[in-house]
Amino acid sequence: MQAALSFYGTAVGKKMVVAVTGLFLFLFLLIHMLGNLQLFAGPEALNHYAAFLHSKPVLVWGFRVLVAGAFALHILATLQLFLQNLGARPVPYRVKRTVEIDYSSRTMIWSGPLVLLFLLYHLLHLTVGSVHPDFSAGDVYRNVVTAFSLWPVAAVYIGANLLLGFHLKHGLWSWFQTLGLAHPRYNRWRNCFAWLLALLLATGNIAMPVAVLAGWVD
Amino acid sequence: MKLTLHIWRQRDRGDRGRFVTYRLDDVSPHMSFLEMLDVLNEQLVGRGEEPVAFDHDCREGICGACGVVINGLPHGGFPGTTTCQLHMRHFQDGDEITVEPWRSKAFPVIKDLVVDRSALDRIAQAGGFISVRTGSAPEANSVPGPKEAADLAMDAAECIGCGACVAACPNGAAMLFTAAKISHLGLLPQGQPERERRARNMVSAMQREGFGACTNYRECEAACPKRISINFIARMNRDFLKASLLHGRERGGKRQAR
Amino acid sequence: MKLDAKIPGGPLQQKWSDYLNDIKLVSPANKRKFEIIVVGTGLAGASVAATLAELGYRVLAFCYQDSSRRAHSISAQGGINAAKNYPNDGDSVWRLFYDTIKGGDFRSREANVYRLAEVSNSIIDQCVAQGVPFAREYGGGLANRSFGGALVSRTFYARGQTGQQLLLGAYAALMRQVAAGQVELHPRCEMLDLVVADGRARGIVTRRLETGQIETWSAHAVLLASGGYGNAFYLSTNAKGCNATAAWRAYKRGAGFANPCFTQIHPTCIPRSGDYQSKLTLMSESLRNDGRVWVPARKGDRRDPGDIPEAERDYYLERMYPTFGNLVPRDVASRAAKRMCDDGHGVGPSGQGVYLDFAAAIERLGEQAVRERYGNLFEMYERITGEDPYRVPMRIYPAVHYTMGGLWVDYNLMSTIPGLFVLGEANFSDHGANRLGASALMQGLADGYFIAPFTLGHYLAGEKPPALDTSHPAFADARRQVEERIGRLLGIGGPHSVDHFHRRLGAILWDKCGMGRRGEGLEQAIGEIRGLREEFWKQVRVPGGAEGLNPELEKAGRVADFLELGELMCRDALERRESCGGHFREEYQTEEGEALRDDANFTHAAVWEYRGDDQEPARHAEPLNLEVVKPSQRSYK
Ligand SMILES: Cc1cc2nc3c(=O)[nH]c(=O)nc-3n(C[C@H](O)[C@H](O)[C@H](O)COP(=O)(O)OP(=O)(O)OC[C@H]3O[C@@H](n4cnc5c(N)ncnc54)[C@H](O)[C@@H]3O)c2cc1C
Ligand code: HEM
Ligand code: FES
Repeated sequence: MQAALSFYGTAVGKKMVVAVTGLFLFLFLLIHMLGNLQLFAGPEALNHYAAFLHSKPVLVWGFRVLVAGAFALHILATLQLFLQNLGARPVPYRVKRTVEIDYSSRTMIWSGPLVLLFLLYHLLHLTVGSVHPDFSAGDVYRNVVTAFSLWPVAAVYIGANLLLGFHLKHGLWSWFQTLGLAHPRYNRWRNCFAWLLALLLATGNIAMPVAVLAGWVD
Repeated sequence: MKLTLHIWRQRDRGDRGRFVTYRLDDVSPHMSFLEMLDVLNEQLVGRGEEPVAFDHDCREGICGACGVVINGLPHGGFPGTTTCQLHMRHFQDGDEITVEPWRSKAFPVIKDLVVDRSALDRIAQAGGFISVRTGSAPEANSVPGPKEAADLAMDAAECIGCGACVAACPNGAAMLFTAAKISHLGLLPQGQPERERRARNMVSAMQREGFGACTNYRECEAACPKRISINFIARMNRDFLKASLLHGRERGGKRQAR
Repeated sequence: MKLDAKIPGGPLQQKWSDYLNDIKLVSPANKRKFEIIVVGTGLAGASVAATLAELGYRVLAFCYQDSSRRAHSISAQGGINAAKNYPNDGDSVWRLFYDTIKGGDFRSREANVYRLAEVSNSIIDQCVAQGVPFAREYGGGLANRSFGGALVSRTFYARGQTGQQLLLGAYAALMRQVAAGQVELHPRCEMLDLVVADGRARGIVTRRLETGQIETWSAHAVLLASGGYGNAFYLSTNAKGCNATAAWRAYKRGAGFANPCFTQIHPTCIPRSGDYQSKLTLMSESLRNDGRVWVPARKGDRRDPGDIPEAERDYYLERMYPTFGNLVPRDVASRAAKRMCDDGHGVGPSGQGVYLDFAAAIERLGEQAVRERYGNLFEMYERITGEDPYRVPMRIYPAVHYTMGGLWVDYNLMSTIPGLFVLGEANFSDHGANRLGASALMQGLADGYFIAPFTLGHYLAGEKPPALDTSHPAFADARRQVEERIGRLLGIGGPHSVDHFHRRLGAILWDKCGMGRRGEGLEQAIGEIRGLREEFWKQVRVPGGAEGLNPELEKAGRVADFLELGELMCRDALERRESCGGHFREEYQTEEGEALRDDANFTHAAVWEYRGDDQEPARHAEPLNLEVVKPSQRSYK
């Protein structure tokens, strides 16, 4: 316990918690997305998949607890780091210039919470159904299609996943660095890897609302 | 050339400080940035005003004493160049230049452009050494060291401790400085016995001094006048993780009560 | 002034080991009771402070920089010598000793130099164990390079930053002791006076540079490792803050100052580019291996170097020294360059420069090979001058680099004031009239790690200096003098800045006590420096107050001391009526224009004793009884 506390007491330790939970969340999202992509296989496949999940409450709830825990840790640690960083430069520079920072690394602290907001909306929308205009428990396929036929809803999903992509573009690269996975020989692959996976997740998720809007699935 | 300078002036630690604008008419492109400040100071002394205080010593890029933020970038942002090595030919007639001190909670401003960087020394005190008694060393060639590791250690060891990495980091983190020292010693056979201890203690010391946390922006690497790579930060993280996971686990080689 | 070098008896090779067997030791319990002041945290200071602390002494260490890691030793480039004989090229302790004595033009003490060569190997062991990343070969062993003045390859190096790496090693050892509570470190704290009580050095007076607070510190012994005084010349390769104040205050408190005129001028530095120039940058000597030095054969030829045809170039080193050519020793190369410029052949805007041309090397080896050898130096040159040395020949000129002179010390490294020890460049001990490359780092670390810790113990165990604190009247007295002086400096309020005077002093010393010296010139210089000193004390302007960070005040105190030391340098140069090493009296030269020593009359160290501001200092001589080596004439034709 003592050791864990002193580990977490350092910025490096907290950052590692962010990295590990971040990777876990990413993996969860990946599985989640793969499951949902069955949308393209038709109502049967998707609804069957949903029914299967509902028949395994232990698995689903186990996952939910883990994911919520990971979220909590991820958010707690990033918040603490954010506050530490705010305090580390009490007097700002008059001229602010940077060389390496890109849009995605600069916006981590905003892309994260926005994604969280979206997630809450998403839960209420497609899991609980309370903000869904025409929710019918059990018919996931119909719920998704009717939801995305409204273009503002689809836009929210598309926007949120773009943000998530940004978050992951920096996050996944960062993940290697934070956990000490670096070697000059392989380093350039880290960036490719981050780009690739971020793109994969974002396009996979975005494909669904786009497909509905375009009328490819109905 | 003619220049307009906006320079941070602050009497002492307690003073709130402010920017003061100065005009210089006769700047030669061959001057170094510090020589340009010398000329300004000489004029200020002539007018009976207090000259601008700035740290400097070797003026050849190795002692790490100098360092100011020039137009938003530490040491001016020219690759591999300290403030003392920066020459005025990189500026143009009529330029406006804003000169600020390193900004960090851990580096309080002492006066004008001079900051207190003793926090870096305290990080070194926490473990930036190999404990060897004078006179107890084995024959130098008795421990062969792979050339590649020695070269890599030297890449890290070139750190001049100027603090530009902290100044450049939007979070005011001192990761590059600390990582360079941990890596330098951790790469050498002589540094192995204390490797994990060193990583844990120096990382904790960084925390105590009030530096920020790394978010992998890579600004430190871009600002480092010795071009030290952030790969060393990854290496430090690795050492720290290993040290934290294994710390204390191997204690108690004796049979314990169950 | 009594000058007893206290050289142990017995054969040269046995002196140090016999000495170590004979000295008195301090018991571990007593070490804790002794407080030691170390002024300076360069190689000499950091190494001795760390070692003493490790032994159990309580150490107080001081430096003027914001961190002890920034001491001037950090900027040494080339390397450090040791007699390891790893390349198997016939090196030995004896050869290192002999080369160093000969390089010093036979003006140093045999016993000290032999000891230096003896401990050189332990230094390398120590530094490697500390984690100094010396260059290595693929087999994992340490690499060596060659340096001037030796036929063997014995220089250890860490890229072009050997001084930095050695200092960071010593700094690490020091930090470890600070963490252990054995060393109390005071950075940004400048020693302004030495306190001598009851005939012994018992403390110092310091000013905290950040706050201006004046403090006094007492101890059982004081160790000065405050570096050299090359900055007396204003322009030198030394760091801007390097100063003689600590040593000069000690001199004025009764320590003998030896051979102040022995200064080293390095031939390959980047020439100054204008009046604003604040310091000079060294370009490694190694460049002369492949570069050819030349000037236009016609006086005042202002054409671009590329427009001057081969036939109108004068490769003067190759012409004058056909055997050694561009590789003559530092002093010879420097003097030749000065002569060419004085004769009107100089190049560059100021006419104070000669070309160092790599065109032939690039043609012979290819640009890539030249880049591999000297890339970092070329880059440094281009950064400073804005010129590309691959296209245009480099311009170089000699610059003040090192001071062999310093406070006189005996074999124990103790000055003429009991309890005051002097280490590193601040003492005069090992380099005679000229220092060989890569031997200053060796000396600083030898003094700090392996010599002073023993000789200091011997002093403390033998003399048992009684406890004494800062209530002794000598402390209040010294403190008052320091405060008065600061008050005086601040009160003058004249029209000129401190640098104004420093530049003028530098110009006088460079012209008359630089590469070539003459009797009349030196006499004039003494008069001019006196005049300048008087003017300084009437006309200098030091803005700001005594409190708080005031860099102008710091400079003023240092320059005031240089204005006194400069006179002594000239006086010493005047009295040494011979040429040797870096000291070239134009009246004393061979027919070929080389240095002409006078061994019969000047095989001694000249030691100056302060006798008050209104009296001339007294010159004493410590004869150097060379028993083992036979002085010979150096010739490089
Ligand atoms: C550019 C350059 C390159 C060189 N290259 C080499 C080389 O390759 N090989 C080699 O052997 N030698 C070389 N030398 C020479 C060598 O670097 C120095 O002689 C040596 O480092 C001096 O070490 P030191 O410990 O005696 O003093 P320094 O390193 O000069 O340290 C002096 C210390 O004293 C302190 N100090 C001074 N005055 C005061 C005061 N009044 N109060 C408090 N503290 C004070 C300073 O803060 C500092 O800590 C080079 C020198 C130069 C200039
Ligand atoms: C939706 C799922 C999420 C995933 C997959 C995810 C993934 C990641 C990853 C992989 C990292 C990189 C860790 C590292 O630096 O090594 C990271 C960092 C971060 N995340 Fe998330 N994250 C998610 C949600 C969130 C949320 C909800 C927040 C905000 C409350 C957030 C805020 C942050 C912050 C601030 C960082 C640190 C950025 C930095 O240090 O540069 N993330 N995330
Ligand atoms: S003054 Fe030494 S690095 Fe700039």
